[in-house]
Amino acid sequence: MTTMVTTKPSMWKNYSTWANRHRKWLFASPAMIFVGLLIAVPLGWTLYLSVTDSEGSVRAASNLVGLSNYLEVLTDTERFWPAVMRTFVFTGGALAIELVLGMCIALLLWRPFRGEKWVRVAILLPLVATPVAVGMMWRLIFDPNIGFANQVLSWIGIPAQPWLSGQYTALPTLMFVDIWQWTPMVVLMLLAGLTSLSDEPDEAARIDGANSWQRFWFVTLPLLRATVIVTIVLRGIDALKTFDILYATKGKGGGSFHEVETLNIYAFGLSFDYNDYGIASTVLILFFLLIIAIMWVLTYRRKANRS
Amino acid sequence: MTTTLPARPVIETPRPVAIAPRRRKPRAYKIFRVVALTLTVLLFIAPLVWMFVASLKTNVDIYDASKTVFFTPTLSNYDNVLSRNNYFGFIFNSFWVALLSTLFSLLIGVPAAYAMSRFAMHRSALVVLMARIIPGVSLLVPWYFIFANMRMVGGFGVLILSHMFVALPLIVYIMISYFDSTPLELEEQAQVDGLTHIGAFLRITLPLSVPGLATAGILSFIFSWNNFMFALVLSGANTKTLPVAIFNFVSYASIDWGSLMAAAVVVTVPIMVIALFTQKYIVSGLTAGATKG
Repeated sequence: MTTMVTTKPSMWKNYSTWANRHRKWLFASPAMIFVGLLIAVPLGWTLYLSVTDSEGSVRAASNLVGLSNYLEVLTDTERFWPAVMRTFVFTGGALAIELVLGMCIALLLWRPFRGEKWVRVAILLPLVATPVAVGMMWRLIFDPNIGFANQVLSWIGIPAQPWLSGQYTALPTLMFVDIWQWTPMVVLMLLAGLTSLSDEPDEAARIDGANSWQRFWFVTLPLLRATVIVTIVLRGIDALKTFDILYATKGKGGGSFHEVETLNIYAFGLSFDYNDYGIASTVLILFFLLIIAIMWVLTYRRKANRS
Repeated sequence: MTTTLPARPVIETPRPVAIAPRRRKPRAYKIFRVVALTLTVLLFIAPLVWMFVASLKTNVDIYDASKTVFFTPTLSNYDNVLSRNNYFGFIFNSFWVALLSTLFSLLIGVPAAYAMSRFAMHRSALVVLMARIIPGVSLLVPWYFIFANMRMVGGFGVLILSHMFVALPLIVYIMISYFDSTPLELEEQAQVDGLTHIGAFLRITLPLSVPGLATAGILSFIFSWNNFMFALVLSGANTKTLPVAIFNFVSYASIDWGSLMAAAVVVTVPIMVIALFTQKYIVSGLTAGATKG
């Protein structure tokens, strides 16, 4: 780009040279500005709100209260800690089952077979279905009086269950819904990992006399570790932030006993039902830190394992 | 769970005795596999079929256990949803918000992903990808007040911007891995032939990236179409998107199940049709990064 220009360079040429020289930031800056304005600034504002007693309206006068919101939230055993617990139970439980079930299905689909295409379409459909619609669909199926779930139970002689409306059954039922919708995602991720594996280690183990379980546990699974961790990270982030199906089935506050109130639902309620912005922001900052901590542990362990 | 594999062509070499048992298994395994696959498909499809069937029933039939399978189908629920509850308007809203937020995100996300890939801007990439981790609620309160001050709440602009928050990181994430795997040589060749750097990007790399762009675009459209939380807070009566409209269908007194299921079908069917035709792209987008480690 440093050729000698003998004629008077046109405006366009000048501009073009400049653009090419600075293309790195020219290309990256619109997205970076967007992220800065729409994400970094609001996040900073939320951080600020978390040390104020802002309430009712953000424009209303508020006072700096230091860390007292954090003290209040962290000692709140009525709403905050149960919400943390539910977030962990929901995410951990759903994720564990999704991984095991997803691995089984991925192994079933691993080798080509007739009709493979149709099975793949079938598992893709839950994945793309609108979560709110999925919530409503399961709400009908799990309806205690007219739902298909209790009808099936009655055929095999099990008494009707309250499902979504029960204080202790709502969260497990919603975990089931999450598993139904997102196991396909895990299947696709693991399948992509499985397909990228070479046959040789498996073949070698078979020649050495390893049975199929041994080959899976000692050969395939360790080779798949990176994929499994990426799956856990991506699915885990989404599961921690689950909102749609919880809100669509149980509404505000996670039901009358707050039985499905996870951190996300709690923070949403504090923000838009109670308009208690100070406390809401505090919960959100803690929630955000929690997610980052979990991600850090997962990626840190990954690096430690690699070296 | 067994992972015995069906026979596949291998180079014929004298085999040790240890692998002999594999030959005896396939029949039992094949049956097991067919049963397991059928159950899997049923598990994932049956609820959707149930939703569709219920949308064709009157509410009286839905409450009648004897009419589980045999009933007279009716389209009255769809008539109710589409003509009396203005669902065409909501479909229109959802469509435009999804389309425009996808296009704008592609417009700013693709060059950014290119720069981040070619110049190894790992830290900048991390900043954009952080948006995938941040809980959306933590941005909603500031957004609400910023945009309320600008009198934008309830308009399409704010919905499109908020949906770009979901679309942009997704597009950057997918396109970085796509550009990482496109060879530099072609660009270098184009520069030897007289194209500028930007010219090489626009005329060589971008046309070669169409599959990646399709993947990123389709996924971001789907995620925007399905998004509920942002529209719940930021949309107005005239800009309501489909998921919010469905949510509002549920009143506390009683639920009109037939119409609710018809509405659920209306919101999910378009996206499923898109998914059927673009399956390959969706899968490659969702699994981007799965094998990188």
